[in-house]
Amino acid sequence: MRREGSSCRIAVDVGGTFTDVVMESGGRHYTAKVLTTYADPVQAVMAGLERVMSLGKRPPTDAEILLHGTTLATNALIQRTGAVTALITTEGHRDAVEMAYENRFEQYDIDIDRPQPLTPRRLRFVVRERMNAQGEVLVPLDESSVEALVPALSEHGVTSVAVGLLHAYANPVHERRIARILEERLPDLSVTLASEVCPEIREFERLSTACANAYVKPLMSRYLNRFATELAARGFNCPFLLMTSGGGLTDVVTAARFPIRLVESGPAGGAILAGRMAEERGLDRVLSFDMGGTTAKICLIDDCAPQLSRSFEVDRSYRFKKGSGLPVRIPVIEMVEIGAGGGSIASVDNLARIRVGPESAGSEPGPACYGRGGRNPTVTDADAIMGRLDEGRFGGGAMTLDIEAAAAAVDGRVGNTLRMDTVTAAFGIGEIVDENMAAAARSHAAEWGKPLADRVLIAYGGAAPQHAAQVALKLGLHNVVIPLGAGVGSAIGMLAAPVSYEVVRSRYMRLSEFDASLIEEVSADMRAEARAVVGSATSAPLAETRRAYMRYVGQGYEIAVVLPDATNRAEVLREAFESAYRQLYGRTIPDLDVEVLSWTLALGSAAPAFRFVPGEDAGDPGIAPRGSMYDPVLNDLVTAPRFARETLVPGTLVEGPAMIVEAQTTTVVVSTFTATISPGGDILMTRAAA
Amino acid sequence: MKTETGLDAIRAQLAWNRLLAIVEEQAQTVMRTAFSTVVREAGDLSAGVFSTDGSMLAQAVTGTPGHVNAMAASVGNFLARYPLATLAPGDVLLTNDPWHATGHLNDFTVVTPIFLGERPVALFASTSHIADVGGRGFGPDANQVYEEGINIPIGYLFRGGELNQTLMDIVRANVRDPVVAEGDLYSLTASNQTGGEQLLRMMSDFELDSIDAVGERIVTASEDAMRSEIAALPNGTFRHAMDVDGYDEPIHIACAVTVEDESIHVDFDGTSGPSRYGINVPLNYTRAYASFGVRCVVGNDVPNNAGSLRAVRVTAPAGCILNASRPAAVSARHALGQMLPDVILGCLEQVLPDAVPAEGASCIWNPVLLSSADEGAGANWGGGDFVTNPIFNGGTGARPHKDGLSTTAFPSGVRTTPTEVNEVTAPILIWRKEYLADSGGPGMLRGGLGQVIEIAHARGAPFEISKMFDRIQHPARGRRGGGPGRAGRVYIKGGKTLRGKGKETVPPGAILVMETPGGGGIGDPESRDPEAVRADLEAELVSEADAKKSYGYRG
Repeated sequence: MRREGSSCRIAVDVGGTFTDVVMESGGRHYTAKVLTTYADPVQAVMAGLERVMSLGKRPPTDAEILLHGTTLATNALIQRTGAVTALITTEGHRDAVEMAYENRFEQYDIDIDRPQPLTPRRLRFVVRERMNAQGEVLVPLDESSVEALVPALSEHGVTSVAVGLLHAYANPVHERRIARILEERLPDLSVTLASEVCPEIREFERLSTACANAYVKPLMSRYLNRFATELAARGFNCPFLLMTSGGGLTDVVTAARFPIRLVESGPAGGAILAGRMAEERGLDRVLSFDMGGTTAKICLIDDCAPQLSRSFEVDRSYRFKKGSGLPVRIPVIEMVEIGAGGGSIASVDNLARIRVGPESAGSEPGPACYGRGGRNPTVTDADAIMGRLDEGRFGGGAMTLDIEAAAAAVDGRVGNTLRMDTVTAAFGIGEIVDENMAAAARSHAAEWGKPLADRVLIAYGGAAPQHAAQVALKLGLHNVVIPLGAGVGSAIGMLAAPVSYEVVRSRYMRLSEFDASLIEEVSADMRAEARAVVGSATSAPLAETRRAYMRYVGQGYEIAVVLPDATNRAEVLREAFESAYRQLYGRTIPDLDVEVLSWTLALGSAAPAFRFVPGEDAGDPGIAPRGSMYDPVLNDLVTAPRFARETLVPGTLVEGPAMIVEAQTTTVVVSTFTATISPGGDILMTRAAA
Repeated sequence: MKTETGLDAIRAQLAWNRLLAIVEEQAQTVMRTAFSTVVREAGDLSAGVFSTDGSMLAQAVTGTPGHVNAMAASVGNFLARYPLATLAPGDVLLTNDPWHATGHLNDFTVVTPIFLGERPVALFASTSHIADVGGRGFGPDANQVYEEGINIPIGYLFRGGELNQTLMDIVRANVRDPVVAEGDLYSLTASNQTGGEQLLRMMSDFELDSIDAVGERIVTASEDAMRSEIAALPNGTFRHAMDVDGYDEPIHIACAVTVEDESIHVDFDGTSGPSRYGINVPLNYTRAYASFGVRCVVGNDVPNNAGSLRAVRVTAPAGCILNASRPAAVSARHALGQMLPDVILGCLEQVLPDAVPAEGASCIWNPVLLSSADEGAGANWGGGDFVTNPIFNGGTGARPHKDGLSTTAFPSGVRTTPTEVNEVTAPILIWRKEYLADSGGPGMLRGGLGQVIEIAHARGAPFEISKMFDRIQHPARGRRGGGPGRAGRVYIKGGKTLRGKGKETVPPGAILVMETPGGGGIGDPESRDPEAVRADLEAELVSEADAKKSYGYRG
């Protein structure tokens, strides 16, 4: 029996390096951070679960619900360890998924490789059929051309198939028929229909999305089954929901069908947390800044909602450059990711400039200061030299810092080349990585037409609190928040996420040929699909958001326009479009027709009330009261006080330069900032008036 | 202990990085606010910051090599006409003169001086392609630049913050889409403004009252880096030539690359004379693509600025098609410009045999498809009037250590439009768009493949195609024993062959077929790794017959 009035919810985030588990019990939160077990990720999850349940003194049967985010699908796509996958497409278009946009993502490097599709040409098969853009059949499906593929699929050992036909977003009947034939002839084959996973115009992105879904589907099905079995075996007989890249939770059946929606769920959890914090504090303009071991992710949060989009690239393999990855069209929280993390490697280029990243030392061997044989200087090494990490408490005290190894690496690869002493070289590395992150934030904001000025920076992830103040200074921001539990932000964010699901349809309409019944029809269709998914995960009341993807006739890209409830007149759509267009581009174009290419509908529950409260008082861990720290504003090593975060009560004022140390991270307060502890326990850093 | 010089070096690098970030933001502003789709989709724009003496300090990395140093040089032209001392805060200058900016009337360049108080500290310049500038419309059909549209000499767009209304009215009165043109001029103005504001903020952050010292350091470091790359090459003059289809007659492009110690001089003496049509190239645009060709293999990681550009000099004799003088028609100057890197690389192969790709399709294939001029054709067939301009690419040449890229734009940076979108926006059906087997030039390293595209009118109506295709008579050649890529073709399925240039009609119910050219191969095909040949066979990129014939395959 569950104890009355005390809910027990659990969130599990399986990341590339760490698996984070958070358990909420009676309004308090118990956390665990364990190393991800690559060979069998379930093991780390179970270890983490055991830990939080024992910390919170709860039996598994008390768990009401378990929320889960995993990087497994992303890893399979990056490491190309998914199923042997074939693509079946329309005759004459075998190469659409490889030709892509026929462009090079980098102008000056003649040696670049364009992203290789998950379905190589020998595994791309064609069938005789053709639809037009209106969904009318021009060539009926030649079923014998489908039957003829059966031996080839078996011969090549294909275990998963993506079916993606031209214009099938407008009429999926041929794709469905192909699925039926394949199910009859090859019952063990996993089948993904592009018209189901992404019924959206633009064949390259739709087929790429379908192939990616097909590629990870067998693996994710196996994982989700095993996860459920293991949970049940340990007495967790609660339902579980999966975190999606769009920042909503969805049920296991949908996750197994559309596992591509689970990529980037970890970063989404972090952005959700930042959004909820913004809501709680009434911050309408926020910049969320997540810096981990390998990358930094930056996300704009306006009116407490992270910016959403429908395009994402998996595995940007060339310096994280746009176009060097595989595109997937799924609902996703829009963020910019750059190769700047604690493990990012520093070097000097042939113009005597310090370069940082995107190459990373990872966790093995890791930064030189980990003392595991790493020889390359990293951001973490620079931070260690500058005294920004507490030697005793690093990694929760589980790891000691080898400062000498860090100094040798920084001297060897940077300092000696530039004839700089160790500390100056370390300062240079720190400044360059901070400048890189600030530049990425500026460019991202400029791309979306959203000013940065006056935003509050919310920083989380292991490396962010050391760099947040400097990044804020470079961006001209005055306020920084380091939330409580910043080290396990993604998992905490899942506890704060709503149940939601978004579906898409491409139906072309010019506003000059406005058709209210088309909108009604497509909305009803989408509503039914979304309700079927969301309804199985929650019985809470649902809110609906519809968007149209619109542009001026003749333009190449659509913008997302939130539709009002009543869409029975063309003027309503035009006004909504013009308002969104003006916000992005500063003006509108009179007298030019507007067209809609696609429609989306999202159904979601309200997000649960949320406030992070640490489960137990750790007491004073006893750290050195002061230490030497490089202050980037004073440009010198100074002796600065160090505080254990656990000992700082709300209202405490900490003048920079100072350091606030906790188990998962360290916050650096530079000399131009003052930190205070909020009533909820967050660190607020404010820039002193100049 | 730390040294002052170390800190100074770090501060200087931070300032440099900040300048690069500022021009990226400036370019993003153009991308976001420009109306012309070619700007957003193909990145046909540039943005840069200049010192008060007109030296470019940083340029955004965008999609087109065509502006590489054309825009850099243009600021000097602006300052020659309007010396900085005569300019005041709120002034904004404009031109689209092909010889003063970036080579054709469609490119508008806006230059804005930035002041700290009353003192000029820098200039920002940006360029973008405006879809219509009046005249005959975009294409090679004019015989003089006067027919190609409105030409605005260097002058004020804003003076002391006041719009030059007369100029704007003249622009509006002379183009087919005045709203778009006006909007794009505001977009360029706003982007320079953004850059200027960020620069002033940076100067305040870094406590600078001038960026001259920072600029000097950037220019010197870049020039040194570029010159030391060049110094590693042997001295000498290396000649190469290439014939291309041209418009009405073939064009001979002759090139000599001279490496002398720390400098490179590219000269096009011996190249054909001007054309009667709009494919002539002003020298500034020749310089852009020629520099790009050099930079692909020499110093490609050195940023573009006055210092790195200074190390490479480009000349062409007066009266040559690559140094066209007023009033030559220049609208389609990209058709030849895109061919120049292949010629330069042919010269550089003699110096850097292991770093140079083979010739590729190089010129993009972008037919204009439009409803038949035949009156009433639209009504009779139910298709309506339409005009659409899809882009298709051939293969790139084999790379020094890799096969060429199939159906990929090079040196252009354009992106294509999806088949489904082409079919929604115009009454056409693209029945086939696939790699063309055996079109990649054979070699130890194979050239990239071209593609075959089959297009019909959705309702069987006749339609017109306007073409500006190359490499039909002159396929991309291989290097070091590698074979040529397959030549391009245009024809009616089961019918006659069409010309590579000009306008022709596709008859009712017919299917238009285009085969884009393949890239050339590198090295003896017989020495190609048998595994690679087998993989190409399995993927059907190479037919069994061609594998035997070209590669001596006996699998």
